[in-house]
Amino acid sequence: MQQAMMEFWDGLPVIMQIMTKITMIVGPLLLVVAYTTLAERKVIGYMQVRVGPNRVGPRGLLQPIADSLKLLLKEVIIPSNSDKYLFLIAPVLAIAPALAVWAVIPFDDGMVLADINAGLLYLLALSSVGVYGIIIAGWASNSRYALLGGMRSAAQIVSYEIAMGFALVGVVMAAGSLNLGEIVMSQQGSVYHWFLLPLFPLFLVYLISGVAETNRAPFDVAEGESEIVAGFHVEYSGMAFAIFFLAEYANMILISALTALLFLGGWLSPFQGILPESAFDLPLIGWVLDSGIHWLLIKTAFFLFCFLWFRATFPRYRYDHIMRLGWKVLIPVTIIWLFVLGVAVALGVGPWFA
Amino acid sequence: MSTAIRQFFKTFLLWELLLGLKLTGRHFFARKITVQYPDETTPISPRFRGLHALRRYPNGEERCIACKLCEAVCPALAITIESEQRDDGTRRTTRYDIDLFKCIFCGFCEEACPVDSIVETHIMHYHFENRGEQIMTKDKLLAIGDKNEAQIAAARAVDAPYR
Repeated sequence: MQQAMMEFWDGLPVIMQIMTKITMIVGPLLLVVAYTTLAERKVIGYMQVRVGPNRVGPRGLLQPIADSLKLLLKEVIIPSNSDKYLFLIAPVLAIAPALAVWAVIPFDDGMVLADINAGLLYLLALSSVGVYGIIIAGWASNSRYALLGGMRSAAQIVSYEIAMGFALVGVVMAAGSLNLGEIVMSQQGSVYHWFLLPLFPLFLVYLISGVAETNRAPFDVAEGESEIVAGFHVEYSGMAFAIFFLAEYANMILISALTALLFLGGWLSPFQGILPESAFDLPLIGWVLDSGIHWLLIKTAFFLFCFLWFRATFPRYRYDHIMRLGWKVLIPVTIIWLFVLGVAVALGVGPWFA
Repeated sequence: MSTAIRQFFKTFLLWELLLGLKLTGRHFFARKITVQYPDETTPISPRFRGLHALRRYPNGEERCIACKLCEAVCPALAITIESEQRDDGTRRTTRYDIDLFKCIFCGFCEEACPVDSIVETHIMHYHFENRGEQIMTKDKLLAIGDKNEAQIAAARAVDAPYR
């Protein structure tokens, strides 16, 4: 059976193989995005001692489906004074990079769509393209609030990209590679080999600038519903609005997955090197304890939960405070730690750089 | 100076933010206080003042003796009463109207009534579809009373020690 499957797979044209792989990544991703919206409403509800949505389906489980159906059926209104082409291209520019980045994310050893050497660079480049969608949306709407939102998000994302880039430089220095799979493999050994410990300040900087990068609370000045209505997407309705929504959540999941990959050893099991080797040979339990895609998913889910947790906890940063935090706190911290890291790498401080 | 340093470290180490996260984290597991309204309801006080009703004695005789105390006490002038002597010599109302648009549900009529005739029930869901339906006539009030006598009597019994 398996033999026949493999033969059938190898017999397919390359383009079909690639398309199948893309579908296998994007399909579940969009499903997770849809259910993240439900999780967000539930988690925030729980933290506010409410129950959250529970009317559609058992425990509200069909809520995302109802929401997406509603958005699909709504009319996409194009403001008469807007630039129609840019107005419609903007959501596409927002979602395309958010989905394309997933090509280089390794889910397990070798389980990656495009195993390219400059994976981290590709990732940085594409996540910068995402901001164009937001700026263009703000500009094309020809609305003051939208323009303000677009400007704010542009300034914010550009500033935080620097801190984020520096944090990633630290990871690259520690791992000695730009390939995400190799970065994970260089954290092999045990929990103590993960980059979380030697790069802890960079981990925090990365997480904070990741939240800022995705325009999530407490850095959601681009939307700022209490200040500028809904920011860059005031004029959007129906599916065009939904696509911005999808992009935001896909980016959230991406940042969570990246944090897990770069700092928490991705698919590596936390029990590696702690439990004796024989523990991994047990049926089922051994599989759960051993490294695998499920550890990546668990770690990603944890950071995703943190995103929702932050949103439920923190009030929105004031605009000038965001800029201050980005330029005067995060960037100096990363630069100082890069020096420390450089010394540590040069001296070969174990067990990470030995 | 030392406070400035302490302040710096508190800010830099995100101490206050962690405290905030701890607070919301604790509430995440707290018991939820939501009352899922159509399925669950909050308890209603026996003194709840809802839609009005006129009560009867167990033998079927209406209680109201047309003393007009309720009409007199009503601060919103929502009650209109006309009375007549019946053939058996007792005095009864021929008309007992409450305009629910005027009524402020203060419960004074209920307190003024010497024979516990006009009462306010626990009914709180009702609507009018046509102009004029807001006038609760004697027939309507008696019908409500007949239908909800069990609830009315139970609420009175619970509240009796405090009256």
